[in-house]
Amino acid sequence: MKMQINGVKFNYGSVPVLRDVSLGIGGGELLSLVGPNGSGKTTLLRCINRILKPRKGAIMLEGKNLAELDLKALARCIGYVPQNAPSSFPLTVFDTVLLGRKPHVNWRLGERDKAIVFNTLRMMELEDLALRLFNELSGGEKQKVLIARAIAQEPRVLLLDEPTNNLDLKHQLEVLGLIAGLVNEKNLSAVMAMHDLNLAATFSSKIAMLDHGRVYAAGEPGDVLNAENIRTVYGVETIVKNDSGRPYIIPSNTNGKNNAGLNHRSPAVALKE
Amino acid sequence: MAAKGEVLDPREAYSRLTARKILFILIGLGGLVALVLVATSLGSANISVGDVASAVVARILPFLGLQIGDNTDAIIWDVRLPRIVLGVVAGAGLAISGATMQGIMRNPLVSPFTIGISSAAGFGASVAIVLGAGMVGSGKYLVITNAFIFSLLAAFLVYGLARTRGMRPETLILSGIALMYFFSAGTSLLQYIATEEEVHAVVHWLFGTLAGATWENILVITVIFLACLPFLMKYSWDLNAMVAGDDMATSLGVNTRRVRALSMAMATIITAGVICFTGIIGFVCLVSPHITRMIIGADHRFLLPCSCILGSVLLVGADLLGRTAFQPTVIPAGIVVSVIGVPFFIYLILRTRKEYFQ
Repeated sequence: MKMQINGVKFNYGSVPVLRDVSLGIGGGELLSLVGPNGSGKTTLLRCINRILKPRKGAIMLEGKNLAELDLKALARCIGYVPQNAPSSFPLTVFDTVLLGRKPHVNWRLGERDKAIVFNTLRMMELEDLALRLFNELSGGEKQKVLIARAIAQEPRVLLLDEPTNNLDLKHQLEVLGLIAGLVNEKNLSAVMAMHDLNLAATFSSKIAMLDHGRVYAAGEPGDVLNAENIRTVYGVETIVKNDSGRPYIIPSNTNGKNNAGLNHRSPAVALKE
Repeated sequence: MAAKGEVLDPREAYSRLTARKILFILIGLGGLVALVLVATSLGSANISVGDVASAVVARILPFLGLQIGDNTDAIIWDVRLPRIVLGVVAGAGLAISGATMQGIMRNPLVSPFTIGISSAAGFGASVAIVLGAGMVGSGKYLVITNAFIFSLLAAFLVYGLARTRGMRPETLILSGIALMYFFSAGTSLLQYIATEEEVHAVVHWLFGTLAGATWENILVITVIFLACLPFLMKYSWDLNAMVAGDDMATSLGVNTRRVRALSMAMATIITAGVICFTGIIGFVCLVSPHITRMIIGADHRFLLPCSCILGSVLLVGADLLGRTAFQPTVIPAGIVVSVIGVPFFIYLILRTRKEYFQ
């Protein structure tokens, strides 16, 4: 299982958001996309998923160009976990997860589809919620249900858009642990947009740091997350500790005073690059 | 509803829930048949439910050789049944249109009426009544064809406007509401310049009634409804996915633009087909899907058929009430539906613990 992103470019109108992004990810790998707001993380996910159409470049999955698949075939390969889902109408947790089977069924559900949903719910310890309404769940529960739906889809690639948004510390760890476990167990390739660098460092096998629509650095967490890269891309001074191979990032000069390092690169300079 | 406190295997619980939904459909169908029989038996001439049943069976299964008085047969088949059967098909058609539109727009406040289709029909009818001008047909058909064509015209306009913005629900709703005001103003203008007699006719048309029922009307509506039903049912999965957001639906393999455009087209044609014969009966569209959602949830595979049944029951019931409550005065079904339906609906909203839309 190998996904290759080759030279993808995307514009919103005349504003370039992705300028020539190339990345590769193998099976059993969890790739985190990090970078400041507006650096193109979510846009890249949406391009992979064909919600957006790249202007240039191609995304290849095991040598097949994703742009050539029809939407349903694509949905059988790629599962998408959004940041949050609107819940205007009361749908049970079971039916919400069942939607993950949509790309696999025509209209009638097979016993197998139901079995997959039940197994997914059990694996994620959501069984007790099966008949509760999705819109009545807490943020952490909702996030788990959305992940369960993507798993029931039986994809080979999992895309996650800031899955720890709105979650408390315990649920952040639980959800990310779950994702990392699934990636490992099912040999999935996962691409995840993340804001929290420490969580990304803890759970990812690879990290790509995006800056203004380009890949600034990519590789092992320890190689990418260093004080220099963070200073250049985020314009923030940090102290990076390296315990047992995983970097640990502490922002320094958080009060904004006496931080000569922080201001060495003005926003105007950053935009030109 | 999940059983509280009780430990139940989720599989067992889910199949029970599904069984309950199917039971609800069956009970609804049974109730509808009973209501139709009772409604047919009530009226100025004295006819028992048994007479109605045998008169219906006698015509449907003539080889049984049931004997019915000519008079009874004529009252049932020529006077009462058309009106009641029209109530059944019109109610079902309006309800499924409402459920579909609420689904594709992801908004429980939408119905073919809030997005201008009915105002356009009213405008079309007014043009025919007041100016005597129309696109196709003449005489009594002028009003019908005009109402139908203007409804479709409004839908095309809404669709055209929304297309420029990628068929987002917000654009569809906003352009629909704008058109609704436009056509209402047009109707008001026509009433302003019309003679008293014409104003009376326009107002009467706008009330919405089942009084003009004929078997031909019923046939037209039924054909449209049955032609669209399988496609809408097929889309019920896509509608479920689209309720979770367009991005989510796309990533589940749904072509959201196509589903939205086609479902809207079908909902419009059904609505236009109904209201061009009945006038504006609005509330059924909005409220049937809501009540159904409160009872069995929002899974469109069940929501669509159940809404249809409920819509039929509501409309036939309202017409029955309007016919019998203040005899000999007959109140149009369109009015009764709202007068009775609104308090009932408000009661349901207040009674339901759950916030079911935000």
